[in-house]
Amino acid sequence: MTTVLFFAQLRERLGCERIDLELDEPLGFDVFMARLANELDVDAIRELQAENIRIAINQTLLEHPVEVVPGDEIAFLPPVTGG
Amino acid sequence: MSASVTIRVQPENFDVGTEWAALAGRIDGCTGAIAVFMGLVRDVAGDGSDVLELEHYPGMTERTIGEIVVRAKERWQLDDVLVIHRVGALLPRDPIVLVMVSSSHRAEAFAACEFIMDFLKTDAVFWKNESSSKGSRWVEATLGDRERQQEWDQDDLASRGR
Repeated sequence: MTTVLFFAQLRERLGCERIDLELDEPLGFDVFMARLANELDVDAIRELQAENIRIAINQTLLEHPVEVVPGDEIAFLPPVTGG
Repeated sequence: MSASVTIRVQPENFDVGTEWAALAGRIDGCTGAIAVFMGLVRDVAGDGSDVLELEHYPGMTERTIGEIVVRAKERWQLDDVLVIHRVGALLPRDPIVLVMVSSSHRAEAFAACEFIMDFLKTDAVFWKNESSSKGSRWVEATLGDRERQQEWDQDDLASRGR
């Protein structure tokens, strides 16, 4: 099971906090995004690709994610505002 | 003494006195300074109607705070670091964050406390949602916070150049 998580305003706009995908094999990140697009509408995918959205795979931030492996946890993070 | 790092992300309130006593129990004669910062929820709407909801990413949030503390410990000689950050629904005047840093000297303790707070704003994985009688909104990251964080990086570059 590959888990995709959405947080904060992204979760609200998508109306969804989590999508579980069954991947059979590792996917290039672009292919993974195309697969995710099957589960979401066009506007949602555009939101995920916004410049200020950061991506973490298995809780590590990646500037340029390359690959998603079955079992990975992919998170889309809006700009953080802690402290 | 052995350096100790404590990181807690919790919905419950914290008690500065209790945390102080715990830290005091760990220090030895080498510690000469303890800097404490506590952040509170402000009454932004001005009518006491605010609710600040803090969302986090369990696991990754703790990890990002840990990375900030590691960077602080690389920069300064620190004895003890405590970071408590609350999540969930908070009201005006509620404590939201506590940073306690002990060191041999005050300069290190003050600087590390400020450094940790500045990076909690920009690098720790939390999201604030403000709701009040005037509506609800996700708090936006401010340029000022980003600039404060970047000043530390410029300090790094400047000190390497010396």
